[in-house]
Amino acid sequence: MPEYSFKLNGEQVTVNVPGNVRLLWVLRDILGVTGPKYGCGLGVCQACTSHINGKAVNICSVPVEQLKPNDEVVTIEGLPATVGKDLHPMQEAWLKHDVAQCGYCQPGQIMAAVAHVNKARKGPGREIDDDDMDNIRNICRCGTYQRIRAAIKDGAENMPRGSRPNP
Amino acid sequence: MTSHRASPEPDNSAPEGTGRRQFLGYLLAAPTLVVATRLIGDVVDPPKAAAAGLPPTPALADVYDLSDALTDATRPTANLITVEVREDGTIHHASPVSENGQGITTALAMVIAEEMSVPLQRVKVTLADARPELLFNQLTGGSNNLHAKSEPLRIAAAIAREQMMTTAAKQWGVSRNDLTVRDGVIRHPDGRSADYGSLATAAAALTTTAVATPPLKPRSEYTIIGTKQDRIDALEMVTGRKTYAGDLKIPGALPTMVHRGPDIGATIKSVENRDEVAMMPGVTDVGVITNGVAVRAQTFGQCIDAVRALKVKWHPGPLANESDDTVLKKLKDATIPMPPAPPGAKVLEFDFVNYFNSNTPLETGFAVADVRSDSAEIWYASKIPIIALQEIAQRLGLPQNAVTFHVVPGGGSFGRRLFHDPAMDAAEASQLFGKPVRLMWHRSDDFRHGRAHPMAVSRVRATYLGDQVLSYMQHHTSVKTDFGHGLGEIITGTLSKQELGNLSVAEGIYQLTTKTFYNFGLTESLLNEIPLPFWTSSMRNVYSPNVRCAQELMVDQLANAMGKDPLEFRLAYGKSEYHPVLRKAAELGEWGRKLPDGVAQGIAIADEYKHRICTLVEIDCRPETVNREVTPAPEEGYVTGPRVTKVTVVVEPAHVYDPNGFEAQLQGGTNDGIAIALTFSNHIKDGLPLEGSWDQGYYTRQWNTPREMTIHFLPNTYDERRTPGGAGELAVAPAMAAVACAYAHATGTMPTEFPINHNNELPFHPFPTQPPMPQSHTDGLDHAY
Ligand code: FES
Ligand code: FES
Repeated sequence: MPEYSFKLNGEQVTVNVPGNVRLLWVLRDILGVTGPKYGCGLGVCQACTSHINGKAVNICSVPVEQLKPNDEVVTIEGLPATVGKDLHPMQEAWLKHDVAQCGYCQPGQIMAAVAHVNKARKGPGREIDDDDMDNIRNICRCGTYQRIRAAIKDGAENMPRGSRPNP
Repeated sequence: MTSHRASPEPDNSAPEGTGRRQFLGYLLAAPTLVVATRLIGDVVDPPKAAAAGLPPTPALADVYDLSDALTDATRPTANLITVEVREDGTIHHASPVSENGQGITTALAMVIAEEMSVPLQRVKVTLADARPELLFNQLTGGSNNLHAKSEPLRIAAAIAREQMMTTAAKQWGVSRNDLTVRDGVIRHPDGRSADYGSLATAAAALTTTAVATPPLKPRSEYTIIGTKQDRIDALEMVTGRKTYAGDLKIPGALPTMVHRGPDIGATIKSVENRDEVAMMPGVTDVGVITNGVAVRAQTFGQCIDAVRALKVKWHPGPLANESDDTVLKKLKDATIPMPPAPPGAKVLEFDFVNYFNSNTPLETGFAVADVRSDSAEIWYASKIPIIALQEIAQRLGLPQNAVTFHVVPGGGSFGRRLFHDPAMDAAEASQLFGKPVRLMWHRSDDFRHGRAHPMAVSRVRATYLGDQVLSYMQHHTSVKTDFGHGLGEIITGTLSKQELGNLSVAEGIYQLTTKTFYNFGLTESLLNEIPLPFWTSSMRNVYSPNVRCAQELMVDQLANAMGKDPLEFRLAYGKSEYHPVLRKAAELGEWGRKLPDGVAQGIAIADEYKHRICTLVEIDCRPETVNREVTPAPEEGYVTGPRVTKVTVVVEPAHVYDPNGFEAQLQGGTNDGIAIALTFSNHIKDGLPLEGSWDQGYYTRQWNTPREMTIHFLPNTYDERRTPGGAGELAVAPAMAAVACAYAHATGTMPTEFPINHNNELPFHPFPTQPPMPQSHTDGLDHAY
């Protein structure tokens, strides 16, 4: 069976698996990393959102063969390390606003939030606002959207400008 | 044995002897202190007299509501609720009710922390395995949990506290009355102190003994209950460490999925290529179970490949000829005719259609099973684990005591996890393959073969003369609701005990959840159900969103006919107990403020689970808003449409234990109400919903949720028994109704079909029914952001 290698939360990992198996299943079923959740497998719900080379990606839609050895995959488990802390400022904000209900969507929400804040900042002097947040696609079936918005604004304030989600 | 009558609220002014339960407390023989309580008797409240005044006809729910029925149903077996103190000073309780995001474990931890005076962080609430001796107590539905569960738990916690205090007093040779406790530390004025943990062993009982119930902490001394506290599982949830069924690492439990039929209830005729599929990469097993063809493989990705490759022939199920329009016709044909209107009266009459709404939670059906020849172990987020255990044991041909059923946290429920079909699929597959399995429903399985709130038609007629409403009649006709195995029977069993007539399960629940809100003279509300075998269930509510929405739209029609402002009309005709929430919502939401054309407000009230609620919304129906886009735009399938821009919710609660969790539930419920008013439904075609993903079934997304949502609590003033009710379902009905009313005001057209966009041109291409699930995409990296 083919071998694929990439960096996962700061460590080089190698897996033996057919190349068309999506990264979500490689992480969950083979490597036992279960922070990224399955909610559709179709790039719709965003529950699987993780970062690849600092950008948010639906890893249910990435065949593992598309990864190169230097690609850096960061899941919710590896997010705090990207800022060298026990918790990322976005996770702190999530706690402060007590966002989660069932919690199932929340790893994906937090990973998406960090990327959306960084994306908004590509505009000179811009910070994420309500218009940007209208474009967040992550489903929360428990309906925590109001607290998600409040937490993102708060978390953004404590995310240093220019910070990227990967070291 | 001593029994003591315990009052749930020492400072409660309710007359002695009404609504009180008697509990026995025990110290259980164990290495550290373990306390248990068990109900031994009950004093039932006599039904209260209906509200004064002639009109309207009192409804059953006015005197006794679903919350009471569920609480009473669980009372006789509310036995053996335990609290354990460990040497590290942590307090443990294994909750017999499940956690699916409602925050129940946090609220129960608050009850314990309050009564024992320990920091909330030291209380650990886990989920108990199925416990057949707790039959019927172990269910999570109808939002009654805290209401039913908190009392025996408080008593257990109080006994634990007293046992700690007397142990310390004995060790120090002092009087218990000289001791105080704070933050889990017992102190004597002379300076000596001891942590609960250091006394846990000394306080333990050598033999199990019955003990007296000590006085409970008076409400005036509460420092935790009623204050804002964070959820006890919050850290686990934001770090990805919270373990749901699909995250469990049970040795050998490989991914397993099921190839399901082209219509609901279809049965397998033949599998054409089983051996071929069994040879596919990663696949270990393929075989037929009750609900389809199960496939076990190294990864779920390979399960999807195998499920899609299977060629299966099916016998059509009982609904293969049903579609939206055939169901609608059956519902209309079954509607109970209205009696003739009084001569000379003006008549308003409308039919309101509510389509099916999927209750698919974000975590699809995940279950783990390890079935051996003589035993079985199951993991599933069941809300009725005892019934699940019994039915699975029967299907597997094992005695009940050979089956262990672990209740795991669920990723949402909304009625779905009253049903244990994913656990049954897993159990059957594990038995068939002789191997452990970790089974997952695809999202399209969950939409198409999961549960849905039933389609219903509400016929409403009001008659009036001048400014006098003479009658209000509502004949609600619904596809039969499945209340989950056992739940309905529990409720009706209680009902007949309460001498509330010989209603059917559904009629009983309908009557319990449908109150009269307005003085509309002759008032009648009837339910009729048609027995179409769709997979239905409650969904964050049973009837009230649809029933209330129709009623509030009619209220606006009457106001309009009499030339009155909707708020003014509600204050004139609404029962006076709803005036405080109406007035406060109008004030905070700035009722009547000037808005552009195409933007309007709507207001609605509801009353359930012992809380009164009013929701005021603003909706923007201007074309530039309705046609707004989401960027980057998905290829197809998202809907924007009218936008609810601002929501004000005012609640007069019965008693709020956990205001933070309560507020969260009201926010979530409001987003549900918006979804079922505007966008979220199933389209049925040839016996199957067309929807298969979230870009087809439009639950509220960020682009449709209001940017402004204010939740305001009035002081607790209402329920004299002051047992806390749940909040998971409370906000749905008034949100749906207020959005519908606002939409009517904004567009000048009263909506009669819900969700309002249901009969627009279908905005997506449905997935085929064969193969039964779509393949995952490969372009994730192209959409990185
Ligand atoms: S599971 Fe990846 S987007 Fe839904
Ligand atoms: S918290 Fe339950 S789906 Fe978002």
